[in-house]
Amino acid sequence: MTALKLTDLRKVYGSGFEALKGIDLEVAEEDFFALLGPNGAGKSTAIGIISSLVNKSAGRVEVFGHDLDSDREAVQSCIGLVPQEFNFNQFEPVLEVVINQAGFYGIPRLEARRRAERYLKQLDLWDKRDSESRQLSGGMKRRLMIARALVHQPRLLILDEPTAGVDIEIRRSMWEFLRGINQQGVTIILTTHYLEEAESLCRHIGIINHGEIIEYSNMAELLRRLHLETFVLTLAEPVLVAPEIEGYPITRVDETTLEVIVAQERGINRLFAALDEHGIQVQSLRNKQNRLEQLFMDLLSEANALRRQEPCP
Amino acid sequence: MSRISRYRVAFNTILFREVLRFSRIWVQTILPPAITMALYFIIFGKLIGERIGEMDGFRYIDFIVPGLILMSVISNSYANVVSSFYSSKFQRHVEELIVAPVPDWVVLAGYVGGGVARGLVVGIVVTAVSMFFTDLHIHSYGITLTVFVLTSILFATAGFINAVYANSFDDITIIPTFVLTPLTYLGGVFYSIQLLPDFWQQVSLANPVLYMINAFRYGLLGVSDIPLTLALGLIVLFIVALLAYSLWLLRRGVGIKS
Repeated sequence: MTALKLTDLRKVYGSGFEALKGIDLEVAEEDFFALLGPNGAGKSTAIGIISSLVNKSAGRVEVFGHDLDSDREAVQSCIGLVPQEFNFNQFEPVLEVVINQAGFYGIPRLEARRRAERYLKQLDLWDKRDSESRQLSGGMKRRLMIARALVHQPRLLILDEPTAGVDIEIRRSMWEFLRGINQQGVTIILTTHYLEEAESLCRHIGIINHGEIIEYSNMAELLRRLHLETFVLTLAEPVLVAPEIEGYPITRVDETTLEVIVAQERGINRLFAALDEHGIQVQSLRNKQNRLEQLFMDLLSEANALRRQEPCP
Repeated sequence: MSRISRYRVAFNTILFREVLRFSRIWVQTILPPAITMALYFIIFGKLIGERIGEMDGFRYIDFIVPGLILMSVISNSYANVVSSFYSSKFQRHVEELIVAPVPDWVVLAGYVGGGVARGLVVGIVVTAVSMFFTDLHIHSYGITLTVFVLTSILFATAGFINAVYANSFDDITIIPTFVLTPLTYLGGVFYSIQLLPDFWQQVSLANPVLYMINAFRYGLLGVSDIPLTLALGLIVLFIVALLAYSLWLLRRGVGIKS
């Protein structure tokens, strides 16, 4: 079943700015979907329309077969939203924020309290349940918004940059939590600027730029399109010059660091064999750039180059 | 769960949250009107009132009690909704309601209910304070309570409309300061309009607050400058108009959606 279907979705703001220029998008049930794009591309506008925060100018939104125009309450019941900005009452205690949200979805108070306890415990916030939410750290506030979004047990969870400003340890624990939620059958749509996060979590990806979808595919397929990768090698012993190895352009960064561009079809085994022949021992290896990040930048450059070639209207 | 049960839970949640909000800050919400009213009773009722004598056949302090109680109800019902709803826009937690399957009329009923609850609590406190200064005899409990609740609904709804349009904290104080307070003071709280020259009596009839204060005074004392049915009819008319306008604003998403 399709969890989300957008058809020719358009948004023109009062200022005349066209934030969405007729996007089409489908997200399958139980998918973990990444919606990526640079700032101002239209991601938050799209999410705002889907979650009823923004009025659309034209087009159609369907969530699990329910049409947003004709069956708005059914659509809203299916969605849990974790917005980009903190949007809870800063003076309310943590537990109350979650219980009240459940109440807005019609969940009686006793049941709401039981669910709030479960999610706050899972997100390590139970000890803070009586604290005013403004007293929480940034990472805790993000987790509170996740607990609040889950309390009515939505089938589609939309997270708009949920790990922005969160330290790496908490970010990774949030990834694990979200993976678990997804494995339980919740469809997740994620926007993020941490492309490592999208690569690690998501199975499908859509890239939006200037209000248009410029890429929509399977994450694995997309990554296979990456022909060249740059690796950074840390050496066991210093070298004076970069070795010359056919098919592998190498640059010496400093005496113990080399950068190598590796074409996908050549692989990395031959590189190590050749380095070994030159008496060079590699201590460690890492990607210079995240793979998805490299692709993302390439796709945006292509799309922007195409836009520049278009005649002025 | 039926749709009606879902709406009932949502309404109760909004109402409970509103009541909790003004109860938590009772020093800012409940105490000040009690002190202000006590000062009014001491200064205008006791000190000045005893020199004024009778008005409409009542001691001056007894005559001003209904107006002073209703003045507190009006300002507190209004203030509760305007500050709470504007604050929810300012902190963006109004979005919690927008994304949830809560119909506009439930949202409006919840906020107005909160305003009425504060009006009720303040009204009771102020009435209790007035008992230290006067022997309050209620002419008609039914009319008193009806006018009390209707006035509270009317001004809570007006506060909601103000909050929808407000873009800053200044915007939520302009209407109470420059419109509501003058209308209330000129609405016959401290005098009968029979004391005014004909021209100013006619001008006063254009003030909607006059009808509420007189209807409430009729409920408490049994006297009024305005026929009761006319007063009640106008209050209901205003309520219907403001509720309809509020629902239209919510439906359009004015001030809360882009």
